[in-house]
Amino acid sequence: MPILNATGVSKAFGGLKAVSQVDFHVAEGEILGLIGPNGAGKSTLFNLISGAIPLDSGTIMFDGVKISGKKPDKICRLGIGRTFQTAQNFAGMSLRQNVLMGALFGKKGQSATQAAADVDEILDFVGLTELCDKQVSDIPLAYQKRLEVARALATKPRLLMLDEMMAGLNPTEVAEAMELVEKIRNSGITVIMIEHVMKAIMSICDRIIVLHHGQKIADGTPQEVSSMGTVIEVYLGQ
Amino acid sequence: MNTNISRGRLNAKKIAPPGLSLLALILLSLLPIFVTDYTIIKINSIISFVIIAVSWSIFSGPTGYISLSTAAFYGLGMYASAILGNHLPLPLVMVISGIASFIIALIIGVITLRLRGVYFTIFTFGLVELLRNLILWLEIKFSGTRGRFVPSVDFQQVFYCILGTLAIILLISYLIKRSRFGLALIGIGESEDAAAHIGINTTLVKVLGFSISSFAVGAVGAAMATRTNYIDPGIAFNMLMSFMPVLMAIFGGMSTIPGPIIGAAVFAYLEELLITKVPEYFMIIFGAIMIIAILFLPNGLTGIAGKLFKRRKGAGKNANT
Ligand SMILES: Nc1ncnc2c1ncn2[C@@H]1O[C@H](COP(=O)(O)OP(=O)(O)OP(=O)(O)O)[C@@H](O)[C@H]1O
Ligand SMILES: [Mg+2]
Repeated sequence: MPILNATGVSKAFGGLKAVSQVDFHVAEGEILGLIGPNGAGKSTLFNLISGAIPLDSGTIMFDGVKISGKKPDKICRLGIGRTFQTAQNFAGMSLRQNVLMGALFGKKGQSATQAAADVDEILDFVGLTELCDKQVSDIPLAYQKRLEVARALATKPRLLMLDEMMAGLNPTEVAEAMELVEKIRNSGITVIMIEHVMKAIMSICDRIIVLHHGQKIADGTPQEVSSMGTVIEVYLGQ
Repeated sequence: MNTNISRGRLNAKKIAPPGLSLLALILLSLLPIFVTDYTIIKINSIISFVIIAVSWSIFSGPTGYISLSTAAFYGLGMYASAILGNHLPLPLVMVISGIASFIIALIIGVITLRLRGVYFTIFTFGLVELLRNLILWLEIKFSGTRGRFVPSVDFQQVFYCILGTLAIILLISYLIKRSRFGLALIGIGESEDAAAHIGINTTLVKVLGFSISSFAVGAVGAAMATRTNYIDPGIAFNMLMSFMPVLMAIFGGMSTIPGPIIGAAVFAYLEELLITKVPEYFMIIFGAIMIIAILFLPNGLTGIAGKLFKRRKGAGKNANT
């Protein structure tokens, strides 16, 4: 049974159909890639799933529960974590405090001692332990993106959505990020990732969905998707 | 920023602020024995400004949602005093006014706190105007008058009532700073999107925070109304009252509890001094001080104090090595 199931999801901004009649599912334990040209509606789709913006029509089910129409905090507590295309961190806090926020609020009835212990573990997991007392503004972009991942992990998600976590990273950092994504999946968390870095997408995703002008134009394994004519035309071949 | 949430240990640093406040409050409560009546009246006014500035900073400080609604709740408090003052003792009038302010703030919060940033500020600004005109209309329509008399209350009693309110709001402010609720408010101020997506019910936190920061304003309005014997909607809903806490908190620094306290006290004292000593130049000097504060003291008076303190500590460390 898929962990996430979306049917007929649509969102328009004024006359612009940012996402239109999209059906898709995410299987438990997979890494699903979401690709498409700029403005295709990828981030909007994340916003619709996470509850950041309300959908115009359609339904999204997570683990058998209807989440479309719910607020982001409820959806988070049901088990969906996310990062943002432009990193959204608590800039005035240290890295540790950022992750602690996720641990304290991400699940109901989390004790402060348990949260603090979880934070140490997660900082170690993403490789931020050494920097944990620094302020967000004092660390490079690559780490800010990783911090967002850490904060989302602290909410103990079952599904994690990563919005261009590799954008702006150098090749070494991209390799590290890929390793981290696989580690996350191996820890039992399902992942959806939006990415423009083709090498990363093709090598770590189990399945890829292609959006174009708000519509889903392809859905399959990396090999299938990369050999489809339409995909090559709108995206890969450009 | 000090969240204190991950460490359970008690230490001197933690007990010091509430301990010192308690001591200061006890000393303050002895004041009427030593000073003249005139001084008590002045002190009442200073303390009421401290309460208002601390209240304002509870919500607007961490979230950055600048509220200009103080005059609305202060004015409602004044009307509570005018209407109920003949029938009920002042402490009870203050409690009723506080509860009414809390509930009205809840309702306003539900309506307005989906507005972000400057739209929220503009709405709260409009709220004061709305209430002023609404009450003016109600008065003319139903009681046939423009204004009302406020029963006067002995200013020593007013002093103790205000001091009690100060103790309550300081305690609340302190507890919030140390709680998860306080962290949620800070999170909203730092990034509302991030806060919502890690499980913080941002609407609930904002509405509650706004209400908590409003009730003491209503209570103080009721107490302070007793020193004027006549109010009308123009006097009660005076926009200046909305700007005062903002300026005071900026002046003192709003990220710590002492910030707005010191800001309000210094500010209210300065205002008093300038009005009596150089009334012609009062507004000019006052304005100049504000501009200097905004330009050169990004973290207010307590910001400089903090910096000086850090430098001294740093110097001490170097000397030891
Ligand atoms: N809140 C919004 N209000 C109005 N228009 C929006 C909003 N969010 C997105 N859009 C528009 O919807 C379209 C899809 O945007 P979206 O951010 O989802 O694209 P994307 O696929 O993530 O692109 P990119 O690869 O550049 O991040 C764009 O034309 C964008 O301008
Ligand atoms: Mg995007």
